[in-house]
Amino acid sequence: MRLITHNLLQCHVKNCNSNNFPLKIEDAQVELIEADYNPEFLVNMLPKIDWPVLVNTAKQLGLPEIPAQVPEDAENNEAFLQGLHSVLLETHIQQGRMICPGCGHVFNIKEGIPNMLLAEHEI
Amino acid sequence: MNLQLTYCISTEDTFLLLDALEEDATWLQSNNSRLCLEIGSGSGCVTAMLAKIIGKQNAVYLTTDINPYACKATQQTAKHNGVSLVETLQTSLVGSLLPRLTHSVDVLLFNPPYAVTPPEEVGSNGIEAAWAGGIDGRQVIDALLPFVEKLLSPNGVFYLLLINENHPLEVVDIMKSYHMRAEIVMERRAGRERQYILKIQHEQQ
Repeated sequence: MRLITHNLLQCHVKNCNSNNFPLKIEDAQVELIEADYNPEFLVNMLPKIDWPVLVNTAKQLGLPEIPAQVPEDAENNEAFLQGLHSVLLETHIQQGRMICPGCGHVFNIKEGIPNMLLAEHEI
Repeated sequence: MNLQLTYCISTEDTFLLLDALEEDATWLQSNNSRLCLEIGSGSGCVTAMLAKIIGKQNAVYLTTDINPYACKATQQTAKHNGVSLVETLQTSLVGSLLPRLTHSVDVLLFNPPYAVTPPEEVGSNGIEAAWAGGIDGRQVIDALLPFVEKLLSPNGVFYLLLINENHPLEVVDIMKSYHMRAEIVMERRAGRERQYILKIQHEQQ
């Protein structure tokens, strides 16, 4: 699971309607896997990303720092885009868990696949 | 364009979906797609094909499947086809991806469990989840339809595979009630089955 996916996930337990994003990552086994760099795609994705969440997650995982705010010249800022590429697309969480800050539900990540399934009574 | 897939075990219904994507390849490439989502990705062939069409690094390809072995298979098929930006989630339909994906999905794909079965066969996480569609084969399909308008980006497109027993024209009407335009873009007989691809978009498109 890459951080781009973590940035899109929210707890969906029934009646868990507040404080359910972002999920807190714990006991993460992080692996860096090189990916082809596509600045155009990154710029396109920027509006979809919850930036403060990405900044915090990167910090929690001890990744190289990304700026607290998206720079105004993001589109042409090579250093910024390279850093974003590494954090967003090259950082994989292979094992670990994600915990909902609202209801405490635990979602496990195994072999890079987060299990977001809920039990019958949680739907 | 090399649209050959490797390590891909497909059935007739998968091929119809692959053909529909190939037919729309030029349009899909020009639509600036950046976020794609396949529900019930199974073997992962359809997402691998979509990635070959749109470009492996041009979009992120999210996939969901309720079955853990299907999630693994999707990951493997992506790997064998050199598609790196596939992100696989084990979940039911789009569980945990809304509301964050609201009006964000540029290409949505679903080859659903469409077989007519007793309703109690619906809802397992096992292999029967791949086909058991309950009454009219529509129970899982109908559970997704209310979310389609919310998921699709303004230019987004949804390719849905159906069979005759699912009453495709009824699905067209249901989508209309959500202000979505649906049309049958492909039709094929496969053994006893008549299969359809429904293409669904926002009405103003």
